[in-house]
Amino acid sequence: MAHLVLMAGVFAASFIIGYALISRVPTLLHTPLMSMTNAISAVTILGALILFSLPLTGAEKLLGAVAIIAATFNVVGGFAVTDRMLRLFKEKSPEMDGK
Amino acid sequence: MTDSNNAITLLIDFSVIAVLIVGIWQFRAPRGARFGNLTAAFALLCAFILVLYRNGVIDAGTVVLSLLVGSIAGYAVARSVSMIQIPAMVAFQHGAGGIAAFLVSLVELMRGAHALDLINEVSGILGLTIGSLTFSGSMIAAAKLANKMRQTPQVLPAHTYIVLGNLGVLLAIGLAALYVPSGAKVYLYVAQIALSALFGIVFSIRIGGADMPVLISFLNATAGIAASFCGMVIENQLLIAFGATVAASGSILTHVMCKSMNRSLLRVFVPHTEKRVNARKKMPDAGSGGPGHAMAADSRQVDTNHRFAKAAGIVADARQVIIVPGYGMALAQAQLAVVSLVKKMVAMGKDVKYAIHPVAGRMPGHMNVLLAEAGVDYDMLVEMDAINPEFQNTDLVLVVGACDVVNPAAIDVPGTPISGMPILLTHEAKNVVCCNFDDKPGYSGVPNPRKIGKRSHHG
Repeated sequence: MAHLVLMAGVFAASFIIGYALISRVPTLLHTPLMSMTNAISAVTILGALILFSLPLTGAEKLLGAVAIIAATFNVVGGFAVTDRMLRLFKEKSPEMDGK
Repeated sequence: MTDSNNAITLLIDFSVIAVLIVGIWQFRAPRGARFGNLTAAFALLCAFILVLYRNGVIDAGTVVLSLLVGSIAGYAVARSVSMIQIPAMVAFQHGAGGIAAFLVSLVELMRGAHALDLINEVSGILGLTIGSLTFSGSMIAAAKLANKMRQTPQVLPAHTYIVLGNLGVLLAIGLAALYVPSGAKVYLYVAQIALSALFGIVFSIRIGGADMPVLISFLNATAGIAASFCGMVIENQLLIAFGATVAASGSILTHVMCKSMNRSLLRVFVPHTEKRVNARKKMPDAGSGGPGHAMAADSRQVDTNHRFAKAAGIVADARQVIIVPGYGMALAQAQLAVVSLVKKMVAMGKDVKYAIHPVAGRMPGHMNVLLAEAGVDYDMLVEMDAINPEFQNTDLVLVVGACDVVNPAAIDVPGTPISGMPILLTHEAKNVVCCNFDDKPGYSGVPNPRKIGKRSHHG
């Protein structure tokens, strides 16, 4: 039972802290935010990795490999596209001032 | 494992979670956001190395190959995707996250590597269910957003009952899977995955049009929850915490999107279809163009040149200008033309701002990214609540490819799909110039009485 309490606690604490911080994200950044959290949700890659720490049958290995491919696609693509997007956000450029 | 070892493990886990939170905290301002994204990526990398170090890998060849394939595919897509395709890509990636979540849950449940107790098993079944419905729902959303599928809501006969029935069956199978002998469990797991996928499809085909940003935000949240349940099967704090953060983010965005359209989540998921039909009957020219528009077109053909000249005069005279960009601008790839016009206006000493409605574009905040891509400085982008009081003192509003978000019918006409939705109060400005491709109603299907024609002006 102790681990249930711990797991529920970790979930609740992360949700609350996340909620408090993310509420302050300006709407300007909502698309990059979703794109980044989307990459974070591919944290299931850890689960897929753990599958490979013990012997697997052929079918399990196949499913595990698909899980790793999908999660890696998500995590690499998600962070990369978020970075591309955020590089586009520019502050007022100096040459525009004074005109 | 001894208690002190346990404590150290927890401490390290919490440190990695703290790094992730620092990353998210950077998102409070655009200046730090890029660093925040890299910090979050670093947190995930730390977690990855930690898991690798603690558990080791037996079949390194398969793992490395899978990692390579996934990374290359992910990077290639991230490089080549255009900003207008971002919503479809994000939806597709939610789906990839869903696949990973239900596969990991499935394998973990099947092999029972460590003795699974009831909590692990329940979490695993929830991981299967939510992962699978996130996968199929996201694929539908991605297809709709990429225009591979009709974007309008598709309603089956007795749709609500199908959804509820499907949900009931999922609940029954999920419960049964806990009690059948272990040899039979796997069949129920597979059935659960298949029916959850069906649920995701039935659930999301019904949502369309202006509600897509809600759907994509909601799937963001479910992808996070699926990851958390996946973490509860394997009892890994990192997975639980990371998933919970994503769930929090998705919930916030879902709420923001619903609020911006004045719709409850239930109304988005279970639309009142009959009401929609009635609203259309009241306005015969809604939906497909229709005779009402043809008439308007005749009368305006006469003085197009005059209208252009008049519009140009207004643009020249205006001091305070607000640009209202809509998705139509992005579809027409008119951003650069708009930006060069704005540069000229700024050079002439005019005060120019962009008014951004929260649901402009196809996902939360999409319009900001599209304008950032066109080189607009983000301090010129003003949110709806901040800019609405300014319209009364504005000489000129330039509406470029927007319809629903400036439609006063949202205030005046009850019973339309957008009634009650907060809009940009462009009608309070002294002059409005519309630069829209056609007279067709916006995504919601409600005609805009203010919008009379291409480059027309209403004084």
